[in-house]
Amino acid sequence: MSASPDPNAPLIAGDPVMAPLAPSPAIGAKPPGPFLEFWRSFSANKGALAGLVVIILVALVAIFADVLAPHSPIDPDAALALKPPFWQDGGTLAFPLGTDDIGRDILSRLIHGARLSLLIGVIVVTLSLAMGLVLGLIAGFFGGVVDVAIMRLLDIMLALPSLLLAIVIVAILGPGLLNAMIAVSIVTLPHYSRLMRAAVLSQIRRPYVTASRVAGAGTLRLMFATILPNCVAPLIVQATLGFSSAILDAAALGFLGLGAQPPTPEWGTMLASSLQFLQRAWWVVTFPGLAILITVLAFNLLGDGLRDALDPKLKR
Amino acid sequence: MFRFVLTRVAMAVVTFLSITALSFFLIRAVPGDPVEVRAGERGISPERHAQLMHEMGLDRPVAVQFVSYIGEVLQGDLGASMVTKRPVLGEFLKLFPATVELGLCAMLFAVIVGLPAGILAATNRSSPIDHGIMGASLVGYSMPIFWWGLLLILVFSVGLGWTPVSGRISALYYIEPKTGFMLIDSLFSDDKGAFAAALRALILPTVVLGTIPLAVIARMTRSAMLEVLGEDYIRTARAKGLGTRRVIGLHALRNALIPVVTVIGLQVGTLLGGAILTETVFAWPGIGKWLVEAINRRDYPTLQGGVLLVATLVIVVNLLVDLAYGLLDPRIRHVK
Repeated sequence: MSASPDPNAPLIAGDPVMAPLAPSPAIGAKPPGPFLEFWRSFSANKGALAGLVVIILVALVAIFADVLAPHSPIDPDAALALKPPFWQDGGTLAFPLGTDDIGRDILSRLIHGARLSLLIGVIVVTLSLAMGLVLGLIAGFFGGVVDVAIMRLLDIMLALPSLLLAIVIVAILGPGLLNAMIAVSIVTLPHYSRLMRAAVLSQIRRPYVTASRVAGAGTLRLMFATILPNCVAPLIVQATLGFSSAILDAAALGFLGLGAQPPTPEWGTMLASSLQFLQRAWWVVTFPGLAILITVLAFNLLGDGLRDALDPKLKR
Repeated sequence: MFRFVLTRVAMAVVTFLSITALSFFLIRAVPGDPVEVRAGERGISPERHAQLMHEMGLDRPVAVQFVSYIGEVLQGDLGASMVTKRPVLGEFLKLFPATVELGLCAMLFAVIVGLPAGILAATNRSSPIDHGIMGASLVGYSMPIFWWGLLLILVFSVGLGWTPVSGRISALYYIEPKTGFMLIDSLFSDDKGAFAAALRALILPTVVLGTIPLAVIARMTRSAMLEVLGEDYIRTARAKGLGTRRVIGLHALRNALIPVVTVIGLQVGTLLGGAILTETVFAWPGIGKWLVEAINRRDYPTLQGGVLLVATLVIVVNLLVDLAYGLLDPRIRHVK
């Protein structure tokens, strides 16, 4: 990424190509800043925009869950067990998506589940990004034995299917939402490290790094202030995609009974007990999974869009 | 080439030894020592505890235990399950064919559907076909597969009654496990309907487990094809007057396949991870369900041995893919 152009700088005077184009309304009087350029490229991608809109909606639902949810997501009411959605016989608008086996409103549980899923995404991505970034930065910057040791360690982690590794970590730490988040963070960390290392290796021989070194910048300054800002683009993309895998993996652990424990309204945990209702209550099975799918899909769309917008090399 | 093979094998051995170390320390990282875990809630007297620790060799220094553990692993002794008391390796081998059968069918499904879908998307670039295929594969890629399984059961088993809800074959049939592969065993059994029943039970788990590899393969095939289609030799082939079918099928596909084959190899890990969820949903008696049960029963020797075996499998497959890749593409084996 280049530094933002000086807005007061004159257009390249006398440039035979640029000059005649300058007055046209499509190209403004000054060149677009990096953000505007990014936004134009990003918003041309309708899928990415749709993903962004869905994510904002889910975030709003999560923030205002207490106001939006019509009922308590936790308190049971045996008299209302397994009510169908409102458009089916026996359903009421009071419980638009029906109730579960102990009479809790499914819509309210989904709304509160949005809060959990986004929280899981934020915490997992922050943890794994922070750890993965530092490891990758160290490996790429120092090279040699340090590099080999770190990369071999990550290869070992990648040799296990990520879900299995997460299960093993949860088996050691004990089941629960917090431990599931730690497990998923550890499992996804190698992806960030590898990206970071590759980005560092592409930057470290550049003249600006050498210049900074010659100017007397210390090791930490070189690593974090000089090189790191130039490696951000691929990390942003990976972090966005990291949200979707964090939500998926945490839901899978919840489904297996190793993540959030009942009565927590986590989407995967809601599905864990739903197997027995396949025959009589389809709504208990359908809606939590749909919520997971839509949220994960939105993050994947956004991630793909960001990659196209931030990395012109990948544009075809 | 020799040097290339040697470095790759050495790296795989290092990874294997590290996984062995990981699985060794796994059981020691669990709160409480193995004797306490085994005693469970009943508790155990200190004398009996010390005696059992001595019998199991757990009172020796950790380094000695580790060396003897590696020795046992290399001889194929992975300990015994705490629940069934049977050797872990034997249990694994008994259940393994079920997972292999499911995994192979899922991979076959993913390749048979994903490869043509990717080619179709690439050759109809930016058309509604391309957008449709890429949209569908993104949905597949985002799918929580355990829910996908539940949904398919809801529609095809509960709603339409076409397929059984769970298991490898309807309980009406008893099939003597000879090869362990239900499709083969049922084909050679005397029961006429057995093969069809086994096939019906296999369809939904196959689709569920194959969904993510399918999406990955379709996306990979499309981008590899697009890259190849822009190459000079494709323009040359077209200029020579070859038909589209021949250019795509022969010249482009063959070169686009190299990255696709690698991706297929790398899906083995994804497949084994997905098998944990798929087998749990469909009550499929394979490795994945076995591991989940081991955790729920706190059967740590089984978990330890199972993790080691699965990891070894992934390491071996990745090594083979690496070597095959080096064989196919001479450029790879000359880079460090």
